[in-house]
Amino acid sequence: MQFLQPATWAEALEAKAAHRDAVPIAGGTDVMVGINFGRLRPALLLDLTRVADLRQWDTDDGAVRLGAGVPYARVITELGDRLPGLAMAARTIGSPQIRNRGTVGGNLATASPAGDAHPALLAAGAEVEVASVRGTRTIPVTEFYRGVKRSALADDELIAAVRITPPSGPQQYSKIGTRNAMVIAVAAFGLALHPARRAVGTGIGSAAPTPRRAPAAEEFLAGELDGLWDSRAELPAATAARFGELVAAAAAPIDDVRGTARYRVHALSVMARRALTWAWLDYRKGDPTCA
Amino acid sequence: MRLTCTVNGTTRQVDDVWEGESLLYVLRERMGLPGSKNACEQGECGSCTVYLDDVPVCACLVAAGQAEGREIGTVEGLAPPGELHPVQEAFLEAGAVQCGFCTPGLLVATDDLVSRSLAEGRTPTDPEIREALAGNLCRCTGYEKILDAVRLAADRMAGDARQPGGTR
Ligand SMILES: Cc1cc2nc3c(=O)[nH]c(=O)nc-3n(C[C@H](O)[C@H](O)[C@H](O)COP(=O)(O)OP(=O)(O)OC[C@H]3O[C@@H](n4cnc5c(N)ncnc54)[C@H](O)[C@@H]3O)c2cc1C
Ligand code: FES
Ligand code: FES
Repeated sequence: MQFLQPATWAEALEAKAAHRDAVPIAGGTDVMVGINFGRLRPALLLDLTRVADLRQWDTDDGAVRLGAGVPYARVITELGDRLPGLAMAARTIGSPQIRNRGTVGGNLATASPAGDAHPALLAAGAEVEVASVRGTRTIPVTEFYRGVKRSALADDELIAAVRITPPSGPQQYSKIGTRNAMVIAVAAFGLALHPARRAVGTGIGSAAPTPRRAPAAEEFLAGELDGLWDSRAELPAATAARFGELVAAAAAPIDDVRGTARYRVHALSVMARRALTWAWLDYRKGDPTCA
Repeated sequence: MRLTCTVNGTTRQVDDVWEGESLLYVLRERMGLPGSKNACEQGECGSCTVYLDDVPVCACLVAAGQAEGREIGTVEGLAPPGELHPVQEAFLEAGAVQCGFCTPGLLVATDDLVSRSLAEGRTPTDPEIREALAGNLCRCTGYEKILDAVRLAADRMAGDARQPGGTR
């Protein structure tokens, strides 16, 4: 095995172009488990932790550009105000030790249907900025997931950053598991209200081959909220319940060791209904940040 | 490959490190520091918790080369040889150690939590303790004594911090 430690982004991209089978490593919380258990034997490990650009975030034209290598712990402490939905999701990940190392870039590249960043990124309408020596392209996160643990990343590309325009309304993240820490989601749901553009964003985790939105639920709710955005009136219980049903209907789960498909569908309907109820309560209070 | 890093304040260099090796393996098998324990090698148990540039991480999930030039702090470095750190004393007194396998990781995680709280001029709350130790599994104690130990350590260290020449 070879180990390369590029110091700059340009060097990292050149290394990936020259060694397309190289396995990038950021926090190592997925990669090292694979290596420790003999499931992964890359010819070359490409350590990205020295590339300073990846470990930074900034704002650009109202959007947050989150470097792929910013660990979850920093997403929580530094971006909890701007991106409460993603920060809530990050808080549910692993343990403090895992959050000190694990990154959104690693979560995206692993592209597990259970990855906790995905529902929040889907609900917010995020974009993934990927790069290679050929140039940079931006992929809407909805098009990034291509199958179980498969992504739209080409073999010479690396993830540079995620671009997220902070949703203008409250956000929620809900995750079902056996305890409060260290669980892979049995099912998860992310919600973002976008009152400025009169829209609703959703993200479903662990209940389909890829993370996915629930477009019918989004359309239904945006229609129902049409008269309510300005009045901030109470949300009819039937609307929240119907939204939950439509979110559950968008899932395509399987039975596995963590739960049955039936349980996942039920859990999603409950989580979506509750997430909406909480988010709408926050919206009514006029508080756009609900973290 | 060759790896050079600072461990508990001392520069260490080891050769013939396999590129896929974990920092935990390097510490235990190449540097003679078996304090950090290997129980799962998948980040689940926290018994390998060490400081990497002052941040607690699972050493089993850090690739050896990622530690190049960095500062590592292990349980062996909490107190000078032959002495005990207040967190270690508290764990002994509270009866928070049975088989001891989880202890090194818990000591580092506790030291981090208490130091961070004291830096803010307070001691950690119970929910904060539970949250901070959520990644450290213990199969023996049932955790109650561990919580006692953390509270004891925090109170002692807060007291020390108020005295001139205190521990922190
Ligand atoms: C104990 C434990 C608990 C966990 N709990 C959770 C959880 O609750 N929720 C959850 O979602 N995940 C969880 N995970 C999985 C893991 O922590 C996350 O997927 C994390 O986001 C991975 O990030 P990383 O930086 O550690 O990735 P790495 O392990 O370094 O890399 C992961 C993948 O991404 C690739 N990669 C990394 N950075 C880039 C880049 N910039 N460009 C291209 N490819 C890149 C790597 O080649 C690899 O394929 C857990 C893992 C462990 C060990
Ligand atoms: S050995 Fe590293 S977390 Fe268990
Ligand atoms: S004392 Fe035995 S595992 Fe904790």
